[in-house]
Amino acid sequence: MESVGSIILYFVIAVAIVVFSVLTVTTRKILRSATYLLFTLFATAALYFSLDYEFLGAVQIAVYAGGIVVLFVFSILLTSKPGDKSEKLASKKRVLGLFAALAMLVVSGYALVSRCCMFAGKPAMEALTMHKVGETLMGTGEGEYLLPFEAISVLLLACIIGGVVVARKR
Amino acid sequence: MDITLMYYLIPSLIMFCCGVYGFITRKNMIAILISLELMLNAVDINFVVFNRFLFPGQLEGMFFTLFAIAIAAAETALAIAIIINIFRVAKNIDVRDLTKMKF
Repeated sequence: MESVGSIILYFVIAVAIVVFSVLTVTTRKILRSATYLLFTLFATAALYFSLDYEFLGAVQIAVYAGGIVVLFVFSILLTSKPGDKSEKLASKKRVLGLFAALAMLVVSGYALVSRCCMFAGKPAMEALTMHKVGETLMGTGEGEYLLPFEAISVLLLACIIGGVVVARKR
Repeated sequence: MDITLMYYLIPSLIMFCCGVYGFITRKNMIAILISLELMLNAVDINFVVFNRFLFPGQLEGMFFTLFAIAIAAAETALAIAIIINIFRVAKNIDVRDLTKMKF
């Protein structure tokens, strides 16, 4: 049994996620789309916090909301005038997109809802300390992630070099 | 009222479907990239929620999400570099007009 506060918090987060993700793909101004994406990412971070993964919520805010959205806003301002509207969609394309999205929603939603009674409530979890996160990230044993960590660092280095090479002026 | 696994999977499913819709209907390359981010984010939520509800003692889902976020950041940075380069050459980032490399 959950407390009333956490139920209210859950519904606020769920409604924010649904409303802002719909607005992200339906608004016609691209800059607004990026702003709604920011709100969606914040709602996701709040969801991580409410699931007791504080570190992950902080990473979500720092990397997604702080880094990626700023990158989006800069590139939007570089490539289009503010206040530009995308033109109205051809109805054929819109119908195709709506059909794909709704078909997926119905099929997966049905599969989920038909098994709704299998799931129990949230189990108790011991508090996830930074100490444990750090040890898991730096260990080499089973369920520890030093090698992926190093691979990611090499990937990020390659990404930096690639970004500079691709976007520089010739 | 118990908040079960399903209560978290449904918003993330809706988010993913929004991403699919945007990916198909949008014409601007950056808007397509934004829809892609929505889809990635929905998948991240699923990883975390499954980890929290089914295996609360372990950290696999959380670390998978952590690495997915890092890879998404790298992918976005590179994609935006490519988009800016295309804009410099073609003065346009509308996917319908970029047909130079079609044979």
